[in-house]
Amino acid sequence: MKIVVGHLYPDYLNIYADRGNIAVLSRRAAWRGHELEVREISVGDPLAPGDHDLLYVGGGQDREQALVAQDLVAKADGVRESVSAGAALLAVCGGYQLLGRSYRDLHGADLPGIGVFPFDTVAGDTRMIGDVLLECELEHGLRRTLAGFENHAGRTRLDPGAQPLGRVVAGFGNDGESGWEGCRVGRAVGTYLHGPLLPRNPWLADWLLAQALAHRHGDVPELKPLADELEAEAHEVSARRAETRGGRRR
Amino acid sequence: MRIPIPLSAEIAVARAAGRLSRLARAGGGTTVPGKVLWKLDPGAIDRLAARLPLGSAVISATNGKTTTAAMAATILRERLRLAHNSSGANLVSGVASTLLDARAAELGLFEVDEAALPEVLLRVKPKAVCLGNLFRDQLDRYGELEHVAERWRSAVRALPGEAVLAVNGDDPQVGELARERPGAVVFGVDDLSAARPSLQHAADSKYCVRCGAPYEYDAAYVGHLGDYRCPACGHSRPPLNVVAREMEVNGLESVSFRLVTPSGASRVRLSVPGLYNVYNALAAASLALSLGATLDEIVSGLESFNAAFGRFERINVGDRGLLMLLIKNPAGANEAVRTIVDGGAPSVAVIALNDAIADGRDVSWIWDVDFEPLIGDLTRLVATGDRAAELALRFKYGGLDAGAIEVVPSLESALDRGLELTPLGGELVVLPTYTAMLALRQIVSQRGFVRPYWERAA
Repeated sequence: MKIVVGHLYPDYLNIYADRGNIAVLSRRAAWRGHELEVREISVGDPLAPGDHDLLYVGGGQDREQALVAQDLVAKADGVRESVSAGAALLAVCGGYQLLGRSYRDLHGADLPGIGVFPFDTVAGDTRMIGDVLLECELEHGLRRTLAGFENHAGRTRLDPGAQPLGRVVAGFGNDGESGWEGCRVGRAVGTYLHGPLLPRNPWLADWLLAQALAHRHGDVPELKPLADELEAEAHEVSARRAETRGGRRR
Repeated sequence: MRIPIPLSAEIAVARAAGRLSRLARAGGGTTVPGKVLWKLDPGAIDRLAARLPLGSAVISATNGKTTTAAMAATILRERLRLAHNSSGANLVSGVASTLLDARAAELGLFEVDEAALPEVLLRVKPKAVCLGNLFRDQLDRYGELEHVAERWRSAVRALPGEAVLAVNGDDPQVGELARERPGAVVFGVDDLSAARPSLQHAADSKYCVRCGAPYEYDAAYVGHLGDYRCPACGHSRPPLNVVAREMEVNGLESVSFRLVTPSGASRVRLSVPGLYNVYNALAAASLALSLGATLDEIVSGLESFNAAFGRFERINVGDRGLLMLLIKNPAGANEAVRTIVDGGAPSVAVIALNDAIADGRDVSWIWDVDFEPLIGDLTRLVATGDRAAELALRFKYGGLDAGAIEVVPSLESALDRGLELTPLGGELVVLPTYTAMLALRQIVSQRGFVRPYWERAA
């Protein structure tokens, strides 16, 4: 079956190896006999709700983030309607921040967000850099871990009652204080974890693919298991890194 | 109040610390004396630098600073006694250690870490500064590229008026530094035949430094280095004074080009490969020109240059050879891959990924490297280092059959496995990150094939 991915601003937001996440989605779909078509959506391009089964927004440096922020506001309805109609979404780092309500930089200037996720972000004067380990429960009763790397000055504060992506086992997370990382709204997840995220956490890639297939074809399908020994080993090393050296303030 | 310690006493203490470190076999001990001095009295570095009769020259860049400094040293040492941090110890402490060892030196020649540059410029008050390029590199350590660029801009503004600045005009951020500085030397490449069809994935400064619109490139050479122009505001590459034209690449053996300078032009044949080494040669030539070297001295220095430590080495290990190229960030690794493929794509490679501070703790950069040109011909990849599995995933998701990948975290075992897969008389391609390169060199040196670097550098 076919899955259409809308990759937002691949030419601007690609700082932390975002194409690795796309490669993982693409290969893991193909290994199950599905075809993943990636459509690039950049500055000035239209984004019609319903066109995509999965949206991806990567990370950028401050400069690139500012360059796309206004354009994203013009696409806000398209993104929000896609998500509320059940499209899956993964937003990482800078892309995650832009999908909140607002981002205030160190000089007090506000960058608009598009409010897919219920949070505001304020830049702090230290960066939170290091390996991270999370525990997630995206499906009731099914606990999984995510291992990644974070590097952000933004402190993201979720609204009361908002659902985080996971609990911080080691690392800083959204704000270095709350013990939560990322945010989830339906089939949309946002996170600070790059590394990139999906190669060493293939279960999340498969969850996103299943949600995207459900958006297109109705039911959430059961995906055939793959040989993930290398992925498991990379996850294990990354998780141990987080336990031994994650979450130290510089 | 602090009791002033005489400079001579500080020097003696710092040097003794270096000897102790070497005796304790804690590696080269190359930065220990500098660290001690830096702790005792940071101002001592200024005073040591001020004792050099011809002052200092400083080189910085994300990629190529060690090679550029080594090339400049080859040119300048014919005429001058140099204090040169040739072992790659390029933080303030490394510069201090070199100054401590300088004794009879006339000129300081320092490669300096991008983040340490402002502090070093302030302390050594150089006569000439050469700035090569800025690429994304170790974002976990340096922060975002824009912040490094901003610190460089401030550091250049604070330079003494008589200091000569040489910059790479092909890098938009770096070339811009010349505009505020009359008399700056601007170097770059002008050779459409060497241009890449499009900007690489790892290109960083793709957007106009003035207005933010995407640049248009008449030619892109390495990453975002090239002949750029902003269609919106007209910002473009500055005029070049030192130029490479008519390049000819000869596989892994050499690259040659026509070097055009204000003091004349000449053909130069480098015995190291790759377009990126042409950039290093241009940087070294520009710096040497700023310091008064003649074109003849520059050409003969560049032509007699052999690769800098660990960057590109061919090491004989008995009945087989090693071809070792350092990889440390996307732009540099792309050039290493291209150089290898130009010399004939290998069927076996050992690639080593460590994640110590000097390598970058964040290994995400490997996903931005275009390893794909290697993948078609590889029948066996030995992935090694602390993050071997992560590297294996990069190739698996890049399209290499999982059955062709062996994960061997131990560097020594991986090296032996790679050699075992290499036919007698053949050459094994090894691409290590920085600390993996040091460790692999040590393994090979313990087997008696290369000298430890602190002996060679001495």
